Amino acid sequence: MKRVVITGAGTINALGHSVPETLEAMREGRCGIGELEFRDVERLAIRIGGQVRGFEAEGRFNRQQMSLYDRFTQFTLTAAKEAIEQSGLEFHGDLSAKAGVVLGNSGGGMQTLDENYRSVYEDGKNRVHPFVVPKLMNNAAAGHVSMQYNLKGPSFTVSTACASSNHAMAQAFQMVRSGMSPAMITGGSESMLCFGGVKAWEGLRVMSKDACRPFSANRNGMVQGEGAGIFVFEEYDHARARGAEILCEVIGFAMSSDAADIVMPSKQGAARAISGALQDARIAASEVGYINAHGTGTAANDKTECAAVADVFGPHADSLMISSTKSMHGHLIGGTGAVELLACIMALRDGVVAPTIGYEEPDPECNLDVVPNEAREAKVDVALSNAFAFGGLNAVLALRKV
Amino acid sequence: MSTQDKVIAIIAEQAVLEPSDVTLDSTLEDLGIDSLGLVESIFAIEEEFDISIPFNANAPEQSDFDISNVAAIIAGIDKLVLEKA
Repeated sequence: MKRVVITGAGTINALGHSVPETLEAMREGRCGIGELEFRDVERLAIRIGGQVRGFEAEGRFNRQQMSLYDRFTQFTLTAAKEAIEQSGLEFHGDLSAKAGVVLGNSGGGMQTLDENYRSVYEDGKNRVHPFVVPKLMNNAAAGHVSMQYNLKGPSFTVSTACASSNHAMAQAFQMVRSGMSPAMITGGSESMLCFGGVKAWEGLRVMSKDACRPFSANRNGMVQGEGAGIFVFEEYDHARARGAEILCEVIGFAMSSDAADIVMPSKQGAARAISGALQDARIAASEVGYINAHGTGTAANDKTECAAVADVFGPHADSLMISSTKSMHGHLIGGTGAVELLACIMALRDGVVAPTIGYEEPDPECNLDVVPNEAREAKVDVALSNAFAFGGLNAVLALRKV
Repeated sequence: MSTQDKVIAIIAEQAVLEPSDVTLDSTLEDLGIDSLGLVESIFAIEEEFDISIPFNANAPEQSDFDISNVAAIIAGIDKLVLEKA
């Protein structure tokens, strides 16, 4: 089996338009969640979110591209540019033929759906733009990344709601580890912050009207975010041979299904994914220093996740750190695991653990070191990133400092 | 139909019971309605009475709407309907 390392990272989210901006915000414990701004927001009961601000698609993309790129594709291409430029890889010949792009996404082109449904149903128009279908399909972003960077290997989109990005990155990891491809572009994106996207979530009655406070006793729900996180996963010797900068190593993963309930999380399902990732990475539980939690800020997730961590790690659960950066950038649904992987990279490479902000009251059911409110300096050798989706579909990644 | 009859009909349908099996002091738990069923019942009540019920599934006990039994739900609806008028 090959070793797999990350040689490029890119992002755009509510905390920043690049990895350095995002990591700076995470170090400072800054909150990117605020009042939502879009058409008909006044008809919503939930009016906050981690919206990307100051992002002008005009200027970045030409008119022809704009007619094909939904906002989730725009985010993906913006993050992919940063990641691939950092890696220094150029895709020609054999590398081009083998390298592909596997991305996570849940909602597809929700902005495009929203705008065009409004046009035909509300405005009564009988004609839509010819590119509605190629713009809104879930795999549009992966397709455009493949075209832009000449990636001719295995490329597809994985959709497992809130675990989409982790499932996608696990696929890319397997392809590089097995020797199938020397490099893969992976990660995910989401852009659901439009009237229809938020209205649908509102109906479930699990959204907070004021803040995302994971693990805090007074937490009252999740807050949506938007954006993308894209990475270059590369075979270790391939990266070494060309002198690439290595951000960290991906050492294992596991996936599990609760097979229980469409929305309520299961401690056993989560625990099986976490312990499975440790086994796949061939590491002892005691080596894990940091877990980037799924940590949605809902009553159900946070207590279930903490119980799963306590079960898997036993007494070591009390000496590791676990934080939820959703408190800062919101829940990016299909893109969330990708943006959260950045917190793992920061812990491993920079020795800085991102905080769980908005933490106000200890909850006896979440009695772990959740790195409340302020980032912490610590040497972390191994980190995990959790994602537990609706549908009971779980994916956990394990990473190591290089 | 009175508020009481309408609410009992909604809850009975959710619980897959006959309306006669739902009494004023029944709790949703007694009737076998889980958290998803609760959210669906609240939606159906909102649609029936054209009201907005302040209910957050994360903190049902802190929501400004008492769901402890059928009578409490009816009283809460009457209050919201009155406020709306």
